[in-house]
Amino acid sequence: MSCCAPGAELYLDQVRAAQDEIALASRPVHDGLRQTDLSVPDIRCGACLHQIEGTLGKLDGVASARANLSAKRVTVLWRGDTPPPLMPALQAIGYRAHLHDIAADSKDPVMGELLRALAVAGFASSNIMLLSVSVWAGAEAATRDLFHWISALIALPTLVYSGRVFFLSAWQSLRHGRTNMDVPISIGVLLTFGMSLYETIHHGPYAYFDAAVSLLFFLLIGRTLDHVMRERARQAVGGLARLSPRGALVLQRDGTRTYLPVDEIEPGMTILLAAGERVPVDARVAKGDSEIDHSLVSGESMPRSASEGTELQAGVLNLTGPLTIFATATAKQSFLAEMMRMMEAAEGGRSAYRQIADRAARLYAPLVHSLALLTFAGWIIASDDVHFAITTAIAVLIVTCPCALGLAVPMVHVVAARRLFEKGIMIKDGGALERLADVNTVVFDKTGTLTSGRPQLSVKGNADADALALATAMAIHSRHPYSQALAGIGHNRRQIIFDAVSEHAGNGIEARLGNDVYRLGRSDWAIAGRPRPEAERKATVALAINGQGLVRFDLDDQLRVGAAAAVAELKDLGAFVEILSGDSDARVEKIARQLGLTWVADARPADKVGHVEAFRRAGNKVLMVGDGLNDAPALRAADVSMAPASASDIGRNAADLVFLRESLEVIPQAIAISRAAGALVRQNFALAVIYNIVAIPLAVLGSVNPLLAAVAMSLSSITVVVNALRLDGRTSTQPTKPAAARDRAPILLGALK
Amino acid sequence: MIDFFFLVPIAIGLGLAGLASFMWTLRNDQYDDLEGAAERILFHGNDSPAL
Repeated sequence: MSCCAPGAELYLDQVRAAQDEIALASRPVHDGLRQTDLSVPDIRCGACLHQIEGTLGKLDGVASARANLSAKRVTVLWRGDTPPPLMPALQAIGYRAHLHDIAADSKDPVMGELLRALAVAGFASSNIMLLSVSVWAGAEAATRDLFHWISALIALPTLVYSGRVFFLSAWQSLRHGRTNMDVPISIGVLLTFGMSLYETIHHGPYAYFDAAVSLLFFLLIGRTLDHVMRERARQAVGGLARLSPRGALVLQRDGTRTYLPVDEIEPGMTILLAAGERVPVDARVAKGDSEIDHSLVSGESMPRSASEGTELQAGVLNLTGPLTIFATATAKQSFLAEMMRMMEAAEGGRSAYRQIADRAARLYAPLVHSLALLTFAGWIIASDDVHFAITTAIAVLIVTCPCALGLAVPMVHVVAARRLFEKGIMIKDGGALERLADVNTVVFDKTGTLTSGRPQLSVKGNADADALALATAMAIHSRHPYSQALAGIGHNRRQIIFDAVSEHAGNGIEARLGNDVYRLGRSDWAIAGRPRPEAERKATVALAINGQGLVRFDLDDQLRVGAAAAVAELKDLGAFVEILSGDSDARVEKIARQLGLTWVADARPADKVGHVEAFRRAGNKVLMVGDGLNDAPALRAADVSMAPASASDIGRNAADLVFLRESLEVIPQAIAISRAAGALVRQNFALAVIYNIVAIPLAVLGSVNPLLAAVAMSLSSITVVVNALRLDGRTSTQPTKPAAARDRAPILLGALK
Repeated sequence: MIDFFFLVPIAIGLGLAGLASFMWTLRNDQYDDLEGAAERILFHGNDSPAL
């Protein structure tokens, strides 16, 4: 796979979906065909499309396969009771795939509606503009009237069809006693059309159909771009590996095994949990021994062992051995659901926030409307000409119609979102961008956020190269994350052929070579029955020959790439940075000291929320960066939040921004982009205000004709758009540091020699 | 002037035709995978949509 190899590492801890899970997630289409959507993040080129479609199309039962390069997704139609082996087939040609929820991705109706409205408005405005040009050029009265009528005929259906978007939103907000940007827009457009129609009927020289319709067109461009941005982020985030299980293998009373969706699991059911699967609901272990990874649930980086009677929270990962567990709660009462409830309760940061456009509208609408009213009253008093007074008042509304304002904000947000997208950051809405710019406090979770989340082993004490090579050679034989971490280190790998290798679930690997027995695994298992120093007992993994300890390895939290640089840059930006972790004090302290940060350890989810809210009450704007289930409520409570792509599903949904790359340096970059965007939005507002200051006196004095209105409006829109595009230049002039620069050499085996 | 009036309905008709064809492409999902469509023309084989 020449073109498509990098990027797969994000999905390392992805649970391999069973065939049952594919069947469960598929959707019947027609004629017995079922549709399955797969997310394949490594589709990078046309050859990938060709290869994937060819390979999947040849499988038995596959009716058709269609790969999508933009969405990095494959849609497969298949028939039969069991799904074809899609995942293994893709794996064989080098693509990691995971299931994509069809329900979460049903065709977006709003997007289609906006595009159609935009197309209609574009057609209407161009045609009316053509007719208007001939009127401005001095058409005779008869021709002018005819052209006005044709314009009216085109404008009316356009207003109904394309204007709906704004009218409905304005009506909704008026009904709840509020105003938004759509209220002045709707009033302006409707009054303009009404007055133009009146003029047309009475053979007046001026009609503003072109202004009304091109206003709709420009505003719809802004609205559509805004929607495209949000939609792309939603899809990209939705397409990431799903970490919570869709179902579980349940052992029925009569001994049969069925794969049930998580929602149908009742307390008391017996679940068979294979190694590498996540616990679907809160449960108690009935049989088996294994190691449990709590990192996504509580933030502890050290796996805990589980045996009969151990209580497991939903979402923890079973690492080593198969377990038989009893469900103790339904999915709705499980830990996961509790986090959901806390998230709803913590919804503090964003509901109170009003986007800058809405804040502007609150000032803008009353100002403009009273100005129009004053103009009307003034001209009645001055000239006693009702018709002229109305015409002038409406001209004021037209030139002040917030066309530039409606474009100013979304345009900047779209350009900023594209800049962020290039850096591997997904942003869910424009409001988050505005909140991100104000951040002065950054709170980091430790496990999985500041640290890489993958186990990293380091040697304790002295060890000779032979013993390390031996450990590496043994580790290759196991799929346990620790073994893989060990095997991955072994650059001085020597070929050692053992006579026999066996894996003991929950303990480790045993290998025989001649008369010697080597054991690599839990220290109390590997180093048998001898009194040994405390340090040796505490080691995570030990290598022993015939029960005698050779090398000890300790679990080491490995900082994410760019963590130190990111923290330094954040401090340069003037932010206060802190670690807020659920892990034990000693482990958090170690990381905090490395980065020179203050820390809070042993924090439960409620403590995290409390801590973030304490910051906010003190008047700070808090950015929370976290990945776990336990972080989700705090992600909600913060003003704005970020999560890595490897975060739990619920964490990714709670966060405003999701970053797809490994390096943490994207965080200060994102803040820099958001600040640049904030400055541009303010500039755009200033431009719009200046334009109004120039145009309003002309309108109030009654000297605005349709030509002037149309030209001024288009010009102001174009200025605002061009200004927004400057963001590209602004942020790319900053030198980008190479992401691979590592602050400190990791303590690995090779460094010891 | 009025002799050339027949051009107006023609112009509007052409515009409508353009609008209709855009609506048709929209309904036919032709904008679902813009990057993919650009790459696909470089390869032989089955180019028909999935559904």
